[in-house]
Amino acid sequence: MSIRERLSGNEAAATAMRQINPDVVAAFPITPSTEIPQYFSTFVANGAVDTEFVAVESEHSAMSACIGAEAAGGRAMTATSANGLSFMWEMIYIASSLRLPIVLSLVNRAVSGPLNIHNDHSDAMGVRDAGWIMLFSENNQEAYDNLLMAHRIAENEKVMLPLMVCQDGFITSHSVENILLEEDEKVKEFVGEYHPKHYLLNQDEPIAVGPLDVQSYLFEHKAQQAEAMKNAKQVILDVAKDFEKMTGRKYGLFEEYKLDDAEVAIVCMNSTAGTTKAVVDELREQGKKVGLLKLRVFRPFPVDEVAEALGHLKAIAVLDKADSLNAAGGALFEDVTSAMYVNKKQVPAINYVYGIGGRDTRADEIEKVYNDLFEIVKTGDVKNPYRYLGLRKEAED
Amino acid sequence: MPYNVKEVVANKPSRFTSGHRMCAGCGAPPAARMIMRALKPEDHAVVAVATGCMEVSTFMYPYTSWTDSFIHTAFECAGATLSGAEAAYKSMKKQGKINNTTKFIAFGGDGGTYDIGLQSLSGAMERGHDMVYVCYDNGAYMNTGIQRSSATPHFADTTTSPAGTVIPGKMQQRKDLTTIMAGHHLPYVAQTVGYMNFKDLYEKAEKAIYTEGPCFLNVLAPCPRGWGYPTDMLMQINKLAVETCYWPLYEVVDGKYKINYKPAKKLPIEEFLKPQKRFKHMFKPGNEWMIEEFQKEVDRRWQELLDLEEMTNKEHFE
Repeated sequence: MSIRERLSGNEAAATAMRQINPDVVAAFPITPSTEIPQYFSTFVANGAVDTEFVAVESEHSAMSACIGAEAAGGRAMTATSANGLSFMWEMIYIASSLRLPIVLSLVNRAVSGPLNIHNDHSDAMGVRDAGWIMLFSENNQEAYDNLLMAHRIAENEKVMLPLMVCQDGFITSHSVENILLEEDEKVKEFVGEYHPKHYLLNQDEPIAVGPLDVQSYLFEHKAQQAEAMKNAKQVILDVAKDFEKMTGRKYGLFEEYKLDDAEVAIVCMNSTAGTTKAVVDELREQGKKVGLLKLRVFRPFPVDEVAEALGHLKAIAVLDKADSLNAAGGALFEDVTSAMYVNKKQVPAINYVYGIGGRDTRADEIEKVYNDLFEIVKTGDVKNPYRYLGLRKEAED
Repeated sequence: MPYNVKEVVANKPSRFTSGHRMCAGCGAPPAARMIMRALKPEDHAVVAVATGCMEVSTFMYPYTSWTDSFIHTAFECAGATLSGAEAAYKSMKKQGKINNTTKFIAFGGDGGTYDIGLQSLSGAMERGHDMVYVCYDNGAYMNTGIQRSSATPHFADTTTSPAGTVIPGKMQQRKDLTTIMAGHHLPYVAQTVGYMNFKDLYEKAEKAIYTEGPCFLNVLAPCPRGWGYPTDMLMQINKLAVETCYWPLYEVVDGKYKINYKPAKKLPIEEFLKPQKRFKHMFKPGNEWMIEEFQKEVDRRWQELLDLEEMTNKEHFE
């Protein structure tokens, strides 16, 4: 039986980590993810876990220590946000290239500068090409559920890649909402034990990790990483199926909300999907055929599935909570439009950069996006595909 | 049992094997080999190496010179990387997931230790991980082509502190990392070099590896390319570094300083500087002041060390 609770997103993440009981957690405080290592060190102090908690002196060392711990043969986890992830950046690439299934809880926050501690996705977008599996979570429940599934995905021998579970800073991390928790024993059984094939602490088979890898082999090693990322998609779906058996909660690569018969739709990630669902319901009551595609799996990017799900629409808007500053649109927009192009789905598409630095995105703004889409359907004219939503002085059009 | 180099070499096969690509006349490989020999044969080791000469020359895919487990991640984080491995060991041992005895040894050059890796090292030592960090100090960024580091001696000619017509080499004195590490109040800190059949080096490595907690070894590792000496002169350079008191052999055990070798007759610093091309400009007429200044600093630091030894061995220091 699931347990009814009320937890913040950070509490949910820390609870998942307690139930997973990793061998090592190495972390450094940064708003808004600080609470995760804070709660977790209480679990350590009270003997609720077997974990060695390494209170490192920086995020760079947090990821370095996770790499050392995971290579040694243990399960290693960490949590961070924004500049913390930026400071880890070098090690983020090394973690994935060494094929270490480290699990990171990323509480999304704007990367400096100037300094801002509030939510957007610029931290996650900064590592989108780093070879990590990236799962996004609409609320505390999804942040918890994604973490419970994380090790089963990352440690699959066809995958062996690190994985990050994203949730929106403050909006999710600090909001207390209802949540269904699974029993400790059931989680333990579901996550299972980690038995790496090769690891540093195995005296019977010493190994060397992290070579100088020059022209003769690096390309092949990178190709193997790419193959692992392709394999991850099916593994994510398989694990979700098992998870559904345990909890009744169903997960896919993305969630389609009233999308089947929709004429226009929004594509977005994390907490904005919650606001968008409310707007969809309201507009549906007015007889407007609107829908939502909430992406859960951003890496690997479900190219064919996304194109298939959006192909029947008359217009789509992709919401990016980070600008790529390429004068063309955000990262999610690029991925969605390129997925559609290669699948020969010609649907008018616009991009909205929104919510930067924690700027609140209101229901009426989402409604405006749907209205803009209907206007495009009516006129057949996209005008400017790269727009801003919720700017003090609208810079779009 | 008193140290005997022949017995050590005969009885303890090298755990750092030949075939690596380090230069002839480099001080780092013989030091690493002797440090690894200080392990008990039955013990396993996890070695972490910072990016640098030693890493790129000893583990180029798919070949490795290390018979123990080895990990390299990046330049500045051998300390943090190894601390993670040690934490996993502690955790897994406690849970009964492993049962062997594993020792943790990090190697970093002076660039990866004095400079870019100082924070990672300091953090790992402060947290008390049961590991040894070995700095092989060759006094510059040798792997990238002899750029100055904070370990580069005063006036040395490097590619980023070239001895020019206006600025005569590196204008700053070298950082004293060994005392910085002693300032962390570690159970064991030592400075050493391959001298007198590696006795000092071997014994200090053994103490560092088998003293529980975080330990630090600073090993002078001359570089024929960067220092400009003939490759067959390595052991002579090591000797001169000690006999001039440029590189004193000492250890700090639980805060007590002990100088392990005091030359009966301290040699003038010219003896150490002269065979090295990086100091060539100091011997030009008119540059005598540079040698004088260098000598003054060596004398000052030697005296400081003698004072520290005296002070920390007084009774009230118990």
